[in-house]
This record gives sequence, structure tokens and C-alpha cells, in this order.
Amino acid sequence: MATETMTTTMHGAIAPTEPGHHPDLRLFGLIVFLMSEGMLFVGLFAAYLTFRAVATEWPPEGTPELELLLPGVNTVILMSSSFVIHQADEAIKENKLAAVRGWFLATFVMGAIFIAGQVYEYAHLEFGLTSHLFGSTFYILTGFHGLHVLIGLTLIAAVLGRSLKPGHYRAESHFGIAAASIYWHFVDIIWIVLFVLLYLL
Amino acid sequence: MTQVIPHYPMGDAQPNRTPWWTYFTFSTDHKVIGIQYLVTTFVFYLIGGALAAIIRTELATPDSDLMPPEWYNGMFTMHGTVMIFLWIVPSVTGGFGNYLVPLMIGARDMAFPFLNALAFWMIVPGATLLMGSFFVGPASTGWTAYPPLSILTEQHAGQIMWIFSLLIIGTSSILAAVNFVVTIWSMRMPGMGLFDMPLFCWATLAAAIMVLTSTPVLAGALILLSFDLMGGTNFFNPTGGGDPVVYQHLFWFYSHPAVYVMILPVFGIVSEVLPPHARKPIFGYKAIAYSSMMICALGLFVWAHHMFTSGTPDWLRIFFMVATLLVAVPTGIKVFSWMATLWGGKLRLESPLLFAVGFISMFVVGGLSGVMLGSAPIDIHVHDTYFVVGHFHYVLFGGSVFGIYAGLYHWFPKMTGRMFNEFWGKVHFVLTFVGFNLCFLPMHILGLMGMPRRVAQYDPQFTTINQICTFGAFLLAISTIPFLVNAVYSWLWGEAAPNNPWQALTLEWTTTSPPHPHNWEGDPVLETGPYDYGKDYSQSSLVRH
Ligand code: HEM
Ligand SMILES: [Cu+2]
Repeated sequence: MATETMTTTMHGAIAPTEPGHHPDLRLFGLIVFLMSEGMLFVGLFAAYLTFRAVATEWPPEGTPELELLLPGVNTVILMSSSFVIHQADEAIKENKLAAVRGWFLATFVMGAIFIAGQVYEYAHLEFGLTSHLFGSTFYILTGFHGLHVLIGLTLIAAVLGRSLKPGHYRAESHFGIAAASIYWHFVDIIWIVLFVLLYLL
Repeated sequence: MTQVIPHYPMGDAQPNRTPWWTYFTFSTDHKVIGIQYLVTTFVFYLIGGALAAIIRTELATPDSDLMPPEWYNGMFTMHGTVMIFLWIVPSVTGGFGNYLVPLMIGARDMAFPFLNALAFWMIVPGATLLMGSFFVGPASTGWTAYPPLSILTEQHAGQIMWIFSLLIIGTSSILAAVNFVVTIWSMRMPGMGLFDMPLFCWATLAAAIMVLTSTPVLAGALILLSFDLMGGTNFFNPTGGGDPVVYQHLFWFYSHPAVYVMILPVFGIVSEVLPPHARKPIFGYKAIAYSSMMICALGLFVWAHHMFTSGTPDWLRIFFMVATLLVAVPTGIKVFSWMATLWGGKLRLESPLLFAVGFISMFVVGGLSGVMLGSAPIDIHVHDTYFVVGHFHYVLFGGSVFGIYAGLYHWFPKMTGRMFNEFWGKVHFVLTFVGFNLCFLPMHILGLMGMPRRVAQYDPQFTTINQICTFGAFLLAISTIPFLVNAVYSWLWGEAAPNNPWQALTLEWTTTSPPHPHNWEGDPVLETGPYDYGKDYSQSSLVRH
């Protein structure tokens, strides 16, 4: 008994959607996911602050002050890269694919510099992961964030690759570009909080 | 008031269009995935149940004579972990949620079908790791894995596998939750506002938000724990300058909300089961919907009631005590709404309603002991005793498991296209109800007498009461047999189910049993609110022909 006829409906509402046809909800999904992922960092930040509050001395005696210049420059680079990738988001709305590639490439380079700077900093720090609680939290937080930067770089590279396919990204349809740039903003925001907590406070 | 039940045509069962082997594939159909979850998690329920039977056998005598105490520790750790992470959480969210949400909101599928299948199949490596840890010496530090014990444990490999298994299962539940939020928010059929949704969808939305907020924090705790175990750090090891209490905070920031993840969807199930079987509209639709959201918000700020004895300062204890007691308010709103729904209804006292009513009564007992535990002065005395074990089994077994059974009986005809045997359903209910209370009610007394939890040996003065518990546990084990036989037999050879055996009004009952692969052959039509029972349709244009 497939169909039942009825005189009226409550709201006169009949679903017009065919299987698999609904508005693109992927960006919404991504944002929900990133909000959740942000909680991972919130948890780690809270742990960091508690360790710090409970410790008798923070950082432990003899730990040299963290160098501010390199991470400061890195912060400026990462923050500016968020504005750079945003230009790509704007450009695709006018179908300017060449500009999109340029902005994405620039973001990629800036992200890579950030990672290189972090590797340099790691190599020159006088404490390691297991030296003391301060070192452990430092490496876990920055390392975890660095991992997210690497994921962001992979996404950007993937978008660059796909943009070579003619017609893949258009003004009306460019989920990949939007997703990569939202993800990049996310990585940026986390870094700002992290920078304040680890280096400035 | 005369009750006019709208006339729904009944017909022969539809041929099942889903061949059996589909359930072993990476299908992206939400109905297949829902059933995959339900069946898989039930298998884990049986495994966890077998562990429970072994635990209770050990506890039948005061001495640790069935197995060495270290094994006992592994048993209760695996029991708790399996029951929470592989049975109740995935069953009520992944199982019922996936099967029902799209059908209830008139959608063809979930928003991200591929992600949905991925989330389900992640359970396989997660569960394999957990089960595999049995062979290397399972984790034996309880489902809470408190450091420093868990980082100093001898069962290193097992503890590490336990951590990674939980990370995988946690990711799976985050992905599923993303899907629920987006689906419920954006895929409702035209004309269905948020307040036209069945209450199960509200409950699932609230549970999904809790998963999204809290699970990543558990992941953070487990990652730090794994570094302590493998990377030489000392986050949670006081001898290395770390602080084990930080782990407790992170762990409970997840695990208290997790108890609501395990109960909110069940609240939803019960809100769906009561009205059609009582032939009355749900009492207080908005109150129930809002209270789900209130529990979601409040439930995120009560976690330290698990830590009243962890050196928590007094002002924090007071904060968490007040917040905890506040959660009882939205919970109470629900309980009274359900009772008012039953009041004066034409009760159809069959298995779905029996289990739903069983749920209400047992959950209230668990809620009351919860309020007792939520008061710090009492909790300090009974923390880590069998009183706590009694409490959480009343909410998790008497609550979640009874509710799951109510839901399984209620939707069995829809899911399988066949009716179950009602007589054996009643036998199942009576055995479960009696066995459950025999097993867990005495635990409250044991706890008040001072018997600690998580021990293989105990003072001989507790023997008699423990034996009653063990007897109840065996009865519970037996009670599962009529259910299993009934379910398997009825699925294969049961009487064909009509589309709408309960004359229910939610959308899933407007399609065939089992539903068409695209849920409705034509388009779903919203003709009534979800709970408009007893409305006189003969006087209105809403009557069906
Ligand atoms: C009225 C609502 C509730 C209140 C006030 C409440 C309160 C508490 C408190 C204070 C504890 C800690 C006891 C201790 O360790 O000393 C506790 C433990 C527990 N509760 Fe509840 N609870 C409530 C509802 C629930 C629900 C609905 C569930 C699950 C569906 C649940 C599951 C648990 C579990 C699993 C534990 C034990 C955790 C462990 O230590 O292993 N509770 N509850
Ligand atoms: Cu709790």
C-alpha cells in the first residue's frame, strides 16, 4: 500500500527533496566539527593553567625565559596569513581563479615559514619534552598546534592541486576553498590564545 | 472525551528490500547503519554481561577464590568500558538516532551519509583494540583509568590499547554527533519547525551537543595520559611534579556529560513510546523539549561532584553541589510530564509500555540516590562504596537499558517488518525487572554498611547480601535469553507487521514496514503533530481516507 491519499495536510507541506538532493551542508558540518575540536584545545589550555596555578614555581628554577622575538615574528606571519587566505575566499566569488591560486600559494609559504620557525625554536631550546612539567606542557601545546598547521597546509596544497582541474572551483561552488580557509582561521585563532598563554602570561 | 483514532490502513508486510548481506557492507543508508549499530552494540552488551556474570560469581564468596585479584581488576575495567563505550553510548546515539532521526523529520537520509558509515566502521578497530587488550593483559584501572595508578600499572600494553581504543571510539561519536546536529537543524522537511519535531529529535540534539563539547576534552586527557605512559612525561605523576587531579577534572568534564549522552536519547525514546501506548498527547511538549536543552547546559557544569573527596576546595564543592542538585529540576520536569501523560490514558500494557514504565520507576530511584550523592556531606561517606554502584546501575540499567528495550520493542515492527511475540516480551520484562532489583537494590545497603567498590574480596559480614546480588545477576543473565530468542525468531518468521501497528502519529509510521530504501516511496506528508492523540479528526479536514 504505497500511497495513501488525503484531503489536506497540516501545513500543506510536502517534501520536495529527492534522495541525495539537499542544500550543501558541508560548511555547516565543518564549523560544528571545528567548534568541537576547539574544545580539545580548551581542555589542554585548562590543564596548562591548572598545572601552572598549582606549581610552586613556574617555570621551574633555572629555566631561561622564553625567547620572544622568533615566536613574535611567527605570530605576525600566521595572523597575516589569515588575511591573505581570506582574499582567496573573496576572489573566487568573482571567479578569479588565478588570484585564488596566488593567495593560496602565499598562505602556504607563510604557513611553511611558521613551521620552519617553530622547528628552529625547538632545536634551540634548552629544555626537552621530559625535562619538567613546564617543558612537557610547552611541547605538547605547541606540538599539537603545529600538527594542526601541517593539516592546514595539506588542505591548502590539496585545494591548489584541485584548482588545476578546469571548472572545479566556481563562484557558485567552492567548498574546498571555503573549508581550507575556515580551517586556517581556526588554526590561527588557536595560536593567538596559545601565544598569549605560553609566552606572554 | 471521545477518542477518535485516525484510521490507518493495515496491510500485508512489505517485502524487505534490504538483503541480509547489506548489513556487512559500508552502506550509507541511515537505516542500515542504525541497525548495524543496534546489533553490534547488543553483541557488546552480551560480552559486557558475560563479564558481569563472572564478576558476580567471584563476589558470591568473600574470598577471592574464582580468579586472582589482578584478573578481577581487568574484568570490571573491561565490563565498565564495554558497557559504556561500546553498548549504551553507540546504541542510543548511533543506533536509535541514525535509524529514527531522518524518518522522524521527513528526510531521506542523514546530512552526511558517508561520514555516517565511516563513524560506524570506526567502532570496528576501536573495539578490536579493546578486545585485543585481553590477550596482552587488559587495562585494570577501572573505566576511569585514574593516574597515578594507570601510569604505574603493570599492564602497560593493555592500558595503552585501552587509551587508543577510546580515542578511536570517541572520534567516531564526535563524527556521528556532527551529523546529528546538522541533520536535525537543517534537514527537517518543509513545514516542520523545531517545535513540530518529535521529542526524540530534541533529545538527540541535546545529546549530540554534549558529545561535541565534552568528548574532545577526554581526548586531551587521554593524549596526555598516553604521553605519561609512553613518552616519559609526568603530567599526572606527582613524583615527577605532575598533578593527577587535573586528569580527574578533564576526565569528568567528559564523563559526567557522557552519562547524559547515555540517558537523554533514552528520555527521547520514552517520550515517543508513552503517547501512542497511552493514547494520549504527550504532557508538556515544550517543557520536555526545553528541559533536554537545560540538562545539556547545566550538565556541563557539574562534573566535580565525582571529585568531592579529591581535595576539592570547599567553595568549589558548594558550587558543584548546587549545580548538581539543580539538574534534578529539569529531570523532575520530565518525570512528572511522563506520569501526567500516562494519567487517565488508555494504557496498552504490552512490552514497549511495560519497559517504558519500568524505566520511569527505576530511573526515579537512581535519580534519588543521585541527589543524595550530589550532596557533598553524604557523598563523602559513601563515595567509592557500593552505594555508588547501586546508583549508577539504577540510572544506566534501570534507566538506559530499560529504555533501550522499550525502544527496541516499539520500533521492532518498523525495523524488521515483523511483529515480535508479546508473551515472551512480557516474560522478558518480568525476569528483567525482578532480576534487576534483586541485583542492584541490595547494593545500596552494602554501600551504607561500608563495602568498598572494585574489590574482589570483602568482609564476611557482607556475604548474604552479596549472594542476593549474585542471584539477581544470574536472573538478569537468564532474562536476556527470551529476548534474544524472540528477536531472532520474530525477525525471521514473525507475523507480518502492518505499517503502523501502534496507530502512532510520528512520521516513521507513515511509511512501509520496513521502510522504503528512500524512506518514503513518494513524499512524506506532515498531517498531524507528533502527539495529536485523541483529537477528533472526524470534525476536521485532517481525516485520512
Ligand atoms: C539526578 C541526576 C543525577 C545526580 C544528581 C547524580 C549524581 C552522582 C554523583 C554525585 C556521583 C558520584 C558518586 C561518587 O563517586 O561518590 C554519581 C556517580 C555516577 N553516576 Fe550519577 N547522578 C545523576 C544521574 C545519573 C545518570 C542519569 C547517569 C547515567 C545514565 C549517572 C551515572 C553515573 C555513573 C556511571 C556514576 C559512577 C561513576 C564512577 O565513579 O564510576 N548518573 N552520580
Ligand atoms: Cu556525574
